Amino acid sequence: MFKEGLMGLIAGFVTTFKHLFRKPVTEQYPEYKRTLPARSRARIILTRDPDGDERCVACYLCSAVCPVSCISMQSAQRQDGRRYPRWFRINFARCIYCGLCEEACPTLAIQLTSHFETCEHDVLKLVAEKEDLLVNHGGKSHEYNFYRHAGVTMVGDKGTHINEEKPIDLKSNLP
Amino acid sequence: METWVAGLILLVIKLGVVLVVMLLVAAYLVWVERKLIGRLQVRYGPNRAGRFGLFQPLADLIKLATKEDTVPGAADKTIFLLAPAVVGTTAMLLFAVIPFGSSFTLWGKPIPMVITDLNVALLFAIALSSLGVYGVALGGWASNSKYSLLGGIRGAAQMISYELSLGLSLVPVVMLARSFSLVEIINAQARYPFILVQPVSFLIFFVSAVAEIKRIPFDLPEAENELVAGYHTEYSGMRFGLFFLGEYITLIVLGGLVAAFFLGGWRGPFLPPLVWFSLKVIGMVFVMIWMRGTLPRLRYDQLMSLGWKVLIPVALLNIMVTGAVILMMAS
Repeated sequence: MFKEGLMGLIAGFVTTFKHLFRKPVTEQYPEYKRTLPARSRARIILTRDPDGDERCVACYLCSAVCPVSCISMQSAQRQDGRRYPRWFRINFARCIYCGLCEEACPTLAIQLTSHFETCEHDVLKLVAEKEDLLVNHGGKSHEYNFYRHAGVTMVGDKGTHINEEKPIDLKSNLP
Repeated sequence: METWVAGLILLVIKLGVVLVVMLLVAAYLVWVERKLIGRLQVRYGPNRAGRFGLFQPLADLIKLATKEDTVPGAADKTIFLLAPAVVGTTAMLLFAVIPFGSSFTLWGKPIPMVITDLNVALLFAIALSSLGVYGVALGGWASNSKYSLLGGIRGAAQMISYELSLGLSLVPVVMLARSFSLVEIINAQARYPFILVQPVSFLIFFVSAVAEIKRIPFDLPEAENELVAGYHTEYSGMRFGLFFLGEYITLIVLGGLVAAFFLGGWRGPFLPPLVWFSLKVIGMVFVMIWMRGTLPRLRYDQLMSLGWKVLIPVALLNIMVTGAVILMMAS
């Protein structure tokens, strides 16, 4: 038993001594930045659909689902009947990057990116307005356009949208 | 009269040099320890403040000095404020008796490379290391916090238990050297260091000394994961820094004591005495840092049974055997 204990003790010392000559596994952060996974969640953006219109339809689902209430907006309507946020504000000082807003969004407008270096000395600089959030691309899906799927008559007539069946002429079903 | 003044000036110069060197070495020992522990755990350790993190001790000093020195509301204020000084002072006083080189001659006068050649230096060292307990126990008690109190109690119990084996392990050294003076003990090791004839004594002394300075695997008085920070939980700023500094000075002093008692002090072939002394101290310190990177903390009952049931009986047996061998050699 004594010998066993002694050997165990020596084995431990040998192991740690060997580790002294191994290259550290630490990634030196500011000098070396690892590429984050595509789905890692950090700073939020507002994307545009393929036609260049902003995707957000100001439905308030994201601000409703947000557990820390960091999203706020004011909805408005364009001349052609399309809804949009008049102003859209995210307080990144509060945001916990949970991604619930992205899940709630019906139009893929609000998305989380992997850009996480958002530190500021002044906390008010962390409040992002719509023009800070809006980007000129489609984010994770460049093809998706809500109005071509939704069946809303604003873009094309009934039955012309993707995956939409022709409307049934009720009168043709009369006996 | 003239020699008296010269002696005083010499003493002050020696004290100043030793104090400055000690504080510098202690500050950089923290850096060395953090670096080494880092490498033992396959990471870098401090490397941001200056090249290789060499300004880290300076940065730590600025941080500690500018932090608020808080005293808990119901603390025993006087004792609370004084306790860290006890740890620092006893640690530094210990170095007064350790010879760090052979004497050299300056203007026709021999100058010993030791602050004071006390004829009871060994007892002085043991007494001071016992006094160090007061810093821990009083600091823990005066904080008026349960974690500090538990840490202080553990510290007192542990240090009293290991004091015994520490003292007993040095008896064979005294028997061999026939003196309590550290200079004489080193002189007695002119032919061979005592570690060759007293390996058991060396092991017991080393283990008890590590327990005495509360380092892993005997760091129960501060046990981070049970007692927050043990006896110095409530300390902040430079008072915490004093506890910290005291710990690292004791580490150096311990290296010096092990070197003096068992490794032949400054004696060694080819290299100058001061280099040999430094090498031995650095070697001992490295082993203690290595130990910290390897061993887990002992349980309280394991600590006590190791001290009372293993180290003390073995130390007593060792004294008996040494005495018998000395008697046989004499006759």
